[in-house]
Amino acid sequence: MWELLSFGDKGWGDDLALGAILTLQLAFASLGLGLVFGLATAGMKLSGNRVLLGLANGFTTAIRGIPDLLTLFLIYFGSQFAIQTLLSLFGYEGQVEVNGFWAGVLALSLVFGGYSSEVFRGAFLAIPKGQIEAAKAVGMPPALIFRRVLLPQVWRYALPGLGNLWLSLIKDTSLISVIALDELLRKTFIAVGITKEPFLFYGIACLIYLAITTVSTGVIMRLEAWSERGVRRA
Amino acid sequence: MEDYLAMLADLAVRYGPRLLGGVVVTLQLVGISLALGGMMSVPLALARLSRNPVLRLPAFAYVFFFRGTPLLAQIYLIYYGSGQFRAAFEQAGLWWFFRDAWYCALLAFTLNTGAYTAEIVRGGIQGVPLGDIEAARACGMSGFTLYRRIILPTAYRIALPAYGNEIILMVKSSSIASIITIFDLMGETKLAFSRSFRLEVYLMAAALYLVITLSFEWVWARLERWLNPQREAPDLKAPDLQPPAALVEPQRQ
Amino acid sequence: MKKFGTLMLAAAALALGMGAATAAETTIRIATEGAYPPFNQKNADGTLSGFDVDIANALCEKMKAKCTIVAQDWDGIIPGLLAKKYDAIVASMSITEERKKTIDFSDKYYNTPARFAVGKTSGITDVSPEGMKGKTIGAQSSTIHANYLEAKYKGTATIKLYATIDEANADLAAGRIDAHLADSIVELAFLDGKDGGCCAFAGPDFKDPAFFGDGVGVGLRKEDGKLKAEINAAIKAILADGTYKKLNDKYFPFSIY
Repeated sequence: MWELLSFGDKGWGDDLALGAILTLQLAFASLGLGLVFGLATAGMKLSGNRVLLGLANGFTTAIRGIPDLLTLFLIYFGSQFAIQTLLSLFGYEGQVEVNGFWAGVLALSLVFGGYSSEVFRGAFLAIPKGQIEAAKAVGMPPALIFRRVLLPQVWRYALPGLGNLWLSLIKDTSLISVIALDELLRKTFIAVGITKEPFLFYGIACLIYLAITTVSTGVIMRLEAWSERGVRRA
Repeated sequence: MEDYLAMLADLAVRYGPRLLGGVVVTLQLVGISLALGGMMSVPLALARLSRNPVLRLPAFAYVFFFRGTPLLAQIYLIYYGSGQFRAAFEQAGLWWFFRDAWYCALLAFTLNTGAYTAEIVRGGIQGVPLGDIEAARACGMSGFTLYRRIILPTAYRIALPAYGNEIILMVKSSSIASIITIFDLMGETKLAFSRSFRLEVYLMAAALYLVITLSFEWVWARLERWLNPQREAPDLKAPDLQPPAALVEPQRQ
Repeated sequence: MKKFGTLMLAAAALALGMGAATAAETTIRIATEGAYPPFNQKNADGTLSGFDVDIANALCEKMKAKCTIVAQDWDGIIPGLLAKKYDAIVASMSITEERKKTIDFSDKYYNTPARFAVGKTSGITDVSPEGMKGKTIGAQSSTIHANYLEAKYKGTATIKLYATIDEANADLAAGRIDAHLADSIVELAFLDGKDGGCCAFAGPDFKDPAFFGDGVGVGLRKEDGKLKAEINAAIKAILADGTYKKLNDKYFPFSIY
């Protein structure tokens, strides 16, 4: 058993480690892009423009209702087609490749964006109106209010919700294994195919995920404590 | 355009019935695992809140494992892992269960949703106002009666919105069953896609999933309104809800 | 307009971080499954190897082309070709009339029959649809074998379809399916392997061209006639100069052409 898990030619330890690194890369890339999508969608919902609100709500409803696995397939097979069609409209006939990594990141960040937009919306609404009124009263323009008053506080209200979404995001990266990207679960799958030891390897994979989510939980708790600094406790 | 519509109609005729059959399988899997997981959740939540470490620690470990790992990895572990120990399961007379992919998926889903639901129930129990419990104790209620009459009914009401989310997440996650040869909605969709090469079958499936989740959300919203009328934002314009002026402006002596 | 289009492309590529490959390069992108030993498989170090991979490299050498070989799951391998994720499929894909409706094929580069592997405890001796009544039988999905099962055994047996050959074999070994229809060479590799003791071949070779096609070819997009001509010429060349025989003998004790 230890030989199977060792690092090197015969063992799978190094392969699982590489897979875990790719899993983390997927998760962090999706987090970055997903936060952008989430903030943008929340902005649309709070903009007061009914068209934007409708679009944003439609997006959230779709993300909440369609399985992430299906979103992933749609992006993986559809994005290439969509981009190619779009480019040929502009007269570009060359080949563009959306590789598995970015298709996966796009799908996961759309999911993250759809859910986090609700978290951000709630967080913006949680900021006392009086503060915005006060900022207006001292003559701050909207952009400055957003940057100086809203943004620094939104994080505090949004952190618990975002923490939960981050944990789901880590687990969701496992879905990307089905589009042939060698992340942790896919590497495990290959190892099982060759070694015929499913219980051992899937068990190890579960433990690695568990380690990642446990460390994440710890970091989130520290972040929450940090974001609460200076806030008076009842 | 007409060609395209004809192609869509052809797709719907050719694969529609199979996709609908997949919907039935999906609903069965989700319904049964939610029912079983729901039954597990209350004892599990109570064990998790127990002061006795013999109850608390295993319950904690269970919830920790199933919430901390991907469902896909859990289903692989149960399905392919059990295949490795066929002889042992046969001896225990359990192989008929693990032999069947459908049962394996059901087991994985049940264990998974059981862990999530237990946490939701625990949140509900911890959310019961302390005063309610003190009042019940003052009336002489204790133990089982206290739980049955006071804590659990309140806890369920508190947990209702979160549990609604869990059900929708379960409908979505159930698509993973397709990976172990089950022809649920996702499984039928993948088969249809591999035959037709038309991305539209994925869109058809997405629409079907949306119909399921949206109609469920509609039902759940009504249920919540029925069980938690106090949570609804009061309509302040309704005349009978206008508080008497005396209450709005406290009178000064 | 052109300029604007290029600008948009650059913006899109930047935004999505895509690798944009222009058609000007003569790199041929080839897909294989990477889970179909001994024809193609992914090794512990992530590299691809197997008969298909060696053939692909030999063809590229003859065509004097630069090739990259990527792994792609079987279920998505034709959609990926159509979506231009790569230009050719060298993944033991049989040339069938059904697939020819969607894609094109080169000439064949090998041809092996299909055969049932059955569990020794399944009690199956007759592999006809009547003989398999009430049994559970499996195949890899989107394959000629799956199509054959769906066409002939649907009324009598329960059919299970798997994403990879490994999963089907694991379930055969575990007794979850009673029989597995697959390529005979692939099953031979499994039966000779670690978990193969459970099972044995049963019944005759299946060769019906209506289902099993005319051998295995390189899958191509229909509009890529030029690439098809080049690949056909390269197949002829490796057959003629002994390269093919060398590769054949590296893997198999008999000719699979």
